Amino acid sequence: MSRVTDAPGLWPLASRVLGRELTLAGRHWDQVAQPLLFFVIVVTLFPLATSPDLAQLRQIAPGVVWVAAMLSSLLALESLFRPDVEDGTMEQWVLSEQPLAWMLLMKTAAHWLVSGLPLVILSPLLGTGLGVPVSAWPVLMASLALGTAALSVLGAIGAALTVGVRRGNVLLALLVLPLEVPVLIFGARAVSLGMTGEAVAGPLNLLAAILILAVSLGPMAMAAAIRIGVES
Amino acid sequence: MNWTWFHKFASPPHAYRLLGTLRPWLFWPAVVLMLWAVYNGLFVAPTDYQQGDSFRIMYVHVPSASLSLMVYSMMAIAAGIGIIWRMKLAHAVAAGCAVIGAWFTVLALVTGAIWGKPMWGAWWAWDPRLTSELILLFLYLGYMALRASYDDVQRADRASGILAVVGIVNVPIVKYSVQWWNSLHQGSSLSLTGSSAIDPSMLPPLLAMMVGFLLFFGAILCDRVRAEILTRERNAGWLSEAA
Repeated sequence: MSRVTDAPGLWPLASRVLGRELTLAGRHWDQVAQPLLFFVIVVTLFPLATSPDLAQLRQIAPGVVWVAAMLSSLLALESLFRPDVEDGTMEQWVLSEQPLAWMLLMKTAAHWLVSGLPLVILSPLLGTGLGVPVSAWPVLMASLALGTAALSVLGAIGAALTVGVRRGNVLLALLVLPLEVPVLIFGARAVSLGMTGEAVAGPLNLLAAILILAVSLGPMAMAAAIRIGVES
Repeated sequence: MNWTWFHKFASPPHAYRLLGTLRPWLFWPAVVLMLWAVYNGLFVAPTDYQQGDSFRIMYVHVPSASLSLMVYSMMAIAAGIGIIWRMKLAHAVAAGCAVIGAWFTVLALVTGAIWGKPMWGAWWAWDPRLTSELILLFLYLGYMALRASYDDVQRADRASGILAVVGIVNVPIVKYSVQWWNSLHQGSSLSLTGSSAIDPSMLPPLLAMMVGFLLFFGAILCDRVRAEILTRERNAGWLSEAA
């Protein structure tokens, strides 16, 4: 077998993977919109189920937004690797001489751009509905931006582990949610501190630390898991 | 250094025999230690000046809680060894650890709740220590669920092994939650290096109980690993020769 001599560097490779993923997402924009719609609906359920009183909603607002964000990220994970494993693309990725961990990280980044970023942009709107003051918008968006990115990477490990299992979605929740709990705790904490005007640097720094840890070590776990998933 | 003993240990027939010989040496000392500790903990140790007699549940709670963490670490290390050196026996050890560790976690949570009711006035509190211990239980359950969902043993080993290694981040969180956050749960009373914050008369039964639990875990692990080996090697020749 001849070696590929014109192998692209890391950054050209990254832009190719990102370009491919974003193009695919653009062609299936309805699937991309579903987790976002789910996020909106879950948040809408809380005023209906508890009380429409803004003072009461304001107290639970950080938790509600964060739980909804976590569930919506979980929902989006199902389609992260599965279609590519089923149509054989992932097999080609594994066989290619390119660094699999890097490609999977870029794939996850593209996934965050279409599933996490819209959620961050939408959050002030929903937050306002739950009584989050305008002064807390930056904290809400910053915590969600750091947090959903970390959720995407942690979730991608779970998605890679369950890709070889037939009905993997309930299992995925069982695997991923315990790992994601610290993100939920610090994210909701940052928002509730921000709403009362206190210093938010602590929890935001911790979220950033979790994100850096996940991004630096997560892709290796993903790559190992995908290798198990495609061999059968 | 000569690594023959290590490779020899990794061979299923040898490990099967070795674990069988080891088991009684772990099991009977464990029974003796636990009986001694139960008698001394329940009848000899003095009543606590603050908590009355209800502190005595500590003799079950503390060993099971500390083992729940230790077993998880051991499971993750065994899984890591299994992934790196492709050692089947290490995966068998990890699989054996999971069920025992999950039960220690349940035991720690249940005895904690029974202890919490008279002390805090509530069975459960959403406290960092308690919550992170509960998450530890979910990690064990996720590990077992992932194992069970693969038909092929080798793939199950490696996939669940990755999960175990990733999940080890929770261990320091449980261990230090009492120091990092304001917790309802009391801090650690035992210390290996400094002096323990526990009365000397209450200490020996606790230490005996911890060693007893550890040996008991070892004995049960021997059984479970042997059972794992039997399942995995059910078609191997050495088994029919041994039978």
